[in-house]
Amino acid sequence: MPTLSEADSRRLVEDAGVAVSPWATASDSGSAVEAAEALGFPVVVKLCGEAIAHKTERGLVRLGLSSPDEAGEAATDLLATARPEDGEVGLIVSTMVHGNRELIAGLVRDEQFGPCVMLGVGGILAEAVADVAFRLAPLERGDALDLIDDLGAQSLLDEFRGEPAVDREALADTLLALSRIAEDASVLSVDLNPLIVVDGRPVAADALVETA
Amino acid sequence: MARDLTPLFEPRGVVVTGVSNHPGKFGFVALHNVLSCGFSGPVFAVGREEGEVLGHPVLASVADLPDGGADLLVLCTPVGANEEIVRIAAARGVRAVFCAAGGYSETGSEGIEAEARLMALADDLGLILAGPNGQGVVSPPVGLCAQIVAPYPPRGRIAVASQSGNFVSTFLNYAGQTGIGISRAVSAGNAAATSIADYLEWFADDPETDVALCYLEGLPDGRAFYERVREVTLRMPVVVVKGGTTDGGQRAAASHTGSLASDDRIFDGMVRQAGLVRAATIESAFEAAATFATQPLPAGNRVVVLSTAGGWGVVTADAVTAHPDLALAPLPDDLRAAIDGMLPPRWSRNNPVDLAGGETRDTIPDLLDLTAAHPEVDAIVQLGLGIQGNTAALTRSGPFHPDHGLERIVDFHERQERRYAEAAAAAADAHGKPVLVASELAVARPDNPMVAAVRDSGRLCYASADRAVTALGHLVRYAARRRART
Repeated sequence: MPTLSEADSRRLVEDAGVAVSPWATASDSGSAVEAAEALGFPVVVKLCGEAIAHKTERGLVRLGLSSPDEAGEAATDLLATARPEDGEVGLIVSTMVHGNRELIAGLVRDEQFGPCVMLGVGGILAEAVADVAFRLAPLERGDALDLIDDLGAQSLLDEFRGEPAVDREALADTLLALSRIAEDASVLSVDLNPLIVVDGRPVAADALVETA
Repeated sequence: MARDLTPLFEPRGVVVTGVSNHPGKFGFVALHNVLSCGFSGPVFAVGREEGEVLGHPVLASVADLPDGGADLLVLCTPVGANEEIVRIAAARGVRAVFCAAGGYSETGSEGIEAEARLMALADDLGLILAGPNGQGVVSPPVGLCAQIVAPYPPRGRIAVASQSGNFVSTFLNYAGQTGIGISRAVSAGNAAATSIADYLEWFADDPETDVALCYLEGLPDGRAFYERVREVTLRMPVVVVKGGTTDGGQRAAASHTGSLASDDRIFDGMVRQAGLVRAATIESAFEAAATFATQPLPAGNRVVVLSTAGGWGVVTADAVTAHPDLALAPLPDDLRAAIDGMLPPRWSRNNPVDLAGGETRDTIPDLLDLTAAHPEVDAIVQLGLGIQGNTAALTRSGPFHPDHGLERIVDFHERQERRYAEAAAAAADAHGKPVLVASELAVARPDNPMVAAVRDSGRLCYASADRAVTALGHLVRYAARRRART
């Protein structure tokens, strides 16, 4: 299935109401540095394109860049890494958002139940922990709040390591945005991973949309 | 608008095909069961051998049926014969078909085609088609036992629709064991034309039914099921238990029903969103349904545990506290003061309310009523009953009874046990709150007078406090969801 580039994916989910980390596109090292300066350091620079779905595995994500030099160097480096089969590529520069808690949220289309919104505990242990729950789209706000209540690790949503409790209404807004995206039948799936809890509010640091 | 399944569950008359003198054949068994359980309408047998079966005349063809004589046709004839039979039967006034015969979509491509033709025919003729490849339909309010297996259950308020016929039998066996009866039961078989959702919609409007109980394996059109049952659950609790929740179980389910079992987490989310009650096991599913059928819906989650002695109360308080949908109620001050006036000071003075053996003749009935009446209590779990009855049983069977004054004390103990069980039922009725009695005596000594009296009150005596807490959790969760949605 074709995927949208990260830039197009971010636009699509932002339009639906998902909060994403502040970002800009860039085509070369110079414009990447300009974008980084406008966003404020530290930043993340990623190579992005329709044929690039799994950036981390290929080392196409450069985190924690704290100066114009670092950002510019990363941009040059990433553009040089692009392969012919990647097609048209560009750069995404985004603010490096911080939070101790990572969630994962998304939209899938199930063969039996149709569009379903997912919420889970994210981060490197996500697969081992497998703390995820689903609701069928369209969701009402009550469904979204129930979905949040379904996570096993509820203590993760309370005050945590000096960070405020997760704003459940804001998280519900994210889930309702995914539910709205499901109305577009051409969208097969959406991944917001990681969905980082920043000052109690969920912010998508990456987005991947798969289309028919 | 629910499909009207009245001709299936309340037929005026029944015709069974495939009847022969061989008592091992489905046709014989189905006829036997229809004739044996009190169905009062006319019953017709159709078979190839002339004469009588079970003293009942055998017709050579459904064409020989009197017009309008039977509106339910039970097909125990082979695949190849059934379309013709259905066509003729419809002309004779049959409105519902239960196809017990197998050899349809569960067997491969030819069977799939035969099933599609049978469905199309039923649709053309405006017939209800249940099955094929199902074990039958049971409807105690009209004495109907049109199934090729046993048992016939006591009449009650639980309606069963199952994708496995054998689990219909299991649920009916539990009904017989507990006395918590059945209003309707149907083995959906391949559910070709009449699906679980069709049954549930009809049950929701059925005056004989208070709760539905379903065994599910696959839901080929899960989305439609969801959209239909979420309306049903606003009117009636629906308890589901699903097979095929693991990879191993899914493989068995796929080969069994031909439908692909879904990712269990999506199923579970659908269950919660649709307001269904999901039980983890077959027996807990029956107990949940039995509880919905026999206890009022609680207005909240605050539980008081009443116990005649310590350990039971402690572990039950743990179970209530650990349950995500239940809360151990703080014991209200005025209730504590009232209990102080009833008991010696060694009682627990907290929830769990542990009488510490300080009760006298009227303490337990009074305490049940007082607790159930309290506005800050939503439900009660009562433990530690049956001790006196157990003591009485040993005394009665020992070498000294009835001398030495033992007859009188045995009678007293047994009378008291009956009073306790009746008081629990009366408290639930008077105050509209669930009062669940739990004791291992439910299975260890079903003849215990307390256990027998709980059963006589039409309630379930739970075999353990954990099982009572699990059932209560389902009631509380369902009631809260229903309040939130209406």
